[in-house]
Amino acid sequence: MKNPSVDTHLLPADRAGDEPLLAVDNLHVEFQTRQGVVRAVNGVSYSVNAGETLAVLGESGSGKSVTAQAIMGILDMPPARIPKGEVRFHGTDLLTMRDEDRGQIRGRRIAMIFQDALSALNPVFTVGWQIGEMFRVHQGMSKRDARRKAVELMDRVRIPGAKSRVDDFPHQFSGGMRQRIMIAMAIALDPEILIADEPTTALDVTVQAQIMGLLAELQQESDMGLILITHDLGVVADVADKIAVMYGGRIVEHASVFDGYRAPAHPYTKGLLESIPRVDLKGQELYAIKGMPPNLLDMPTGCAFHPRCPYRKENCVTDVPPLYTVSDTRGSACHYWREVLDDGSR
Amino acid sequence: MTAPAEPILEVRDLVKHFPLNYGVVFKRQVGAIKAVDGVSFDLRKGETLGVVGESGCGKSTLAKLLMALERPTSGSVRINGRDITTARGAELKRMRRNIQMVMQDPYTSLNPRMTVGDIVGEPFEIHSDVAPKGGRRQRVQELLEVVGLNPDHINRYPHQFSGGQRQRIGIARGLALQPEIIICDEPVSALDVSIQAQVMNLLERLQNEFNLAYIFIAHDLSVVRHISDRIAVMYLGKIVELGNDAEIYDSPTHPYTQALLSAVPVPDPEGRETRQRIILQGDPPSPANPPSGCHFRTRCWKAQDICAEQEPALEARPGSAHPSACHFAEARDVVNAE
Ligand SMILES: Nc1ncnc2c1ncn2[C@@H]1O[C@H](COP(=O)(O)OP(=O)(O)O)[C@@H](O)[C@H]1O
Ligand SMILES: Nc1ncnc2c1ncn2[C@@H]1O[C@H](COP(=O)(O)OP(=O)(O)O)[C@@H](O)[C@H]1O
Ligand code: SF4
Ligand code: SF4
Ligand SMILES: [Mg+2]
Ligand SMILES: [Mg+2]
Repeated sequence: MKNPSVDTHLLPADRAGDEPLLAVDNLHVEFQTRQGVVRAVNGVSYSVNAGETLAVLGESGSGKSVTAQAIMGILDMPPARIPKGEVRFHGTDLLTMRDEDRGQIRGRRIAMIFQDALSALNPVFTVGWQIGEMFRVHQGMSKRDARRKAVELMDRVRIPGAKSRVDDFPHQFSGGMRQRIMIAMAIALDPEILIADEPTTALDVTVQAQIMGLLAELQQESDMGLILITHDLGVVADVADKIAVMYGGRIVEHASVFDGYRAPAHPYTKGLLESIPRVDLKGQELYAIKGMPPNLLDMPTGCAFHPRCPYRKENCVTDVPPLYTVSDTRGSACHYWREVLDDGSR
Repeated sequence: MTAPAEPILEVRDLVKHFPLNYGVVFKRQVGAIKAVDGVSFDLRKGETLGVVGESGCGKSTLAKLLMALERPTSGSVRINGRDITTARGAELKRMRRNIQMVMQDPYTSLNPRMTVGDIVGEPFEIHSDVAPKGGRRQRVQELLEVVGLNPDHINRYPHQFSGGQRQRIGIARGLALQPEIIICDEPVSALDVSIQAQVMNLLERLQNEFNLAYIFIAHDLSVVRHISDRIAVMYLGKIVELGNDAEIYDSPTHPYTQALLSAVPVPDPEGRETRQRIILQGDPPSPANPPSGCHFRTRCWKAQDICAEQEPALEARPGSAHPSACHFAEARDVVNAE
């Protein structure tokens, strides 16, 4: 039995007001593999406005990065295919835009940083050269001016002694400093949207605090919209305005960060929040979501979360839950969201 | 807290310096990386000691020294009163049985060409007296069952399992020789939140069942708090503060512990605007060239002249009822230390 594909349309808030700065609308991404078609993204919709931080949460394999890669246009097609959906920037769909126009947007007005800064940087070029490349290639700047701009940017992301380090190679920097270099490259052309895919996952908490602080400052300076992909519920609580929780290639819940944490409306979100160790429950078993994340090649019927769900009822096994409207700012893809909501958080 | 039991592990003045060589053809030693630089602590039966600190502070090196996978530069590691660092041959082999390790990366720490049965049963090859050849398969299946895996999957290969299941395989292997001590080096760091909770619960259940003592190394401070009776905070090869979970988390007295705890984001957006945070500048100095006196002084906001001149001992002081290696140790309420 195959699940019918589910279309989730724009979030109600967006339909009512102006077009958001960036809107992903009913996006589908699939991969052709030897084992069959992997439907990695199954009707994802989210949006972000200037100055706003959207956190995209979810277990590994839930489709967070693939969605981001589709926005950036960095998916290899094939094997990837986008059968359906839109990615609108200022109201215009990037997916159907002419290549030249798209090239003006991606990498410039929408930029991205990755978890693994070391492999994203080229080991044989100096960091100054790599940051300067943004200006040489996109703006035809001279080598000298580009190098000067690189130093400015390294200062801006607070790399100590930028002037003397501009000609160093990536391996001469610590993990935190390399992430700053990635950020410098991403903000070089003053993007309106920055997508940060697990930017601090590989870093120590002390360095994580520095990087998150830096991103917040940069965001404030330039009113960037920030899409923060992470599985760290602490980081999300700290910086996000709103959250989108992904499971098995779908958004299962979206809400303001305060609403979502106070009283989740989807059992998966609730389970994630409850598995965080708490001081007052020391010595007791941690709450654990049972079972394992779904296999995209063999998705459960009905609600993809049903094999792990404590709220499951009979129809969950057969009926795919649509994204129900919980309020004008939140939605949940659970037939029994009312019950979940009433139970509150922990 | 566990009732005071006798120490099963006594670590004294443990030092590991890796030689730092210069020159490609004619190597000469130009210095040393002071990975572990004078560490002492006890671990009691059935107790969990958490070890936290930034990467590079020496946690994994400490783990390898305890396992006798590295020879220390100096110092001793006594297991049930016998020093494993000087043990050789048959005695070393016997002592190693008692101390096992579970590693971080469930993807690379298991040999992809071996079946689960071979991986979990491998320790029996080395210690053939523990399980007689005929009974091994059954013993392995029992171990799989203990860690919550299907014993019928004994002939499968690691790639057929998820990350959390692979970590269970590593744990089953660690249990094979019925050790009294298990060293967990970042055992849940690579796992998703929901799977992490499952593995943590398993570790706690096994501890109760077999009265295991754990050294639990992790960088997630809330996970460490949950499982640990006591916590050692490390900085540049030294323990800078040592106490039970309330002492370390509710009234830390070393500035580094305070900074580390305040950097941990609280998983609750309520009241986030008013949260105080100590943000440390820069990275830790290189362990090849640590600062004189207190190793933390280059990042410490309380540093005075004496901090450069005199190394603070790890001991209880007027401002700290539990051991803290700071001349000016003093409790400070760290709002974020949940
Ligand atoms: N090039 C690819 N070919 C096949 N499957 C892929 C490819 N890239 C990603 N996937 C699959 O898509 C799913 C979602 O991946 P991803 O978006 O990276 O998850 P995450 O939420 O961890 O970022 C995963 O199951 C992954 O295996
Ligand atoms: N075999 C080795 N040779 C040289 N230096 C090493 C070796 N193993 C570890 N180190 C160094 O010792 C220090 C401590 O490393 P490690 O114990 O792995 O730290 P942690 O586990 O806390 O991240 C680091 O500076 C590391 O580079
Ligand atoms: S729809 Fe049913 S199975 Fe799915 S999350 Fe809701 S209650 Fe659980
Ligand atoms: S001894 Fe001095 S430098 Fe070290 S932690 Fe204490 S106050 Fe800071
Ligand atoms: Mg990802
Ligand atoms: Mg380590």
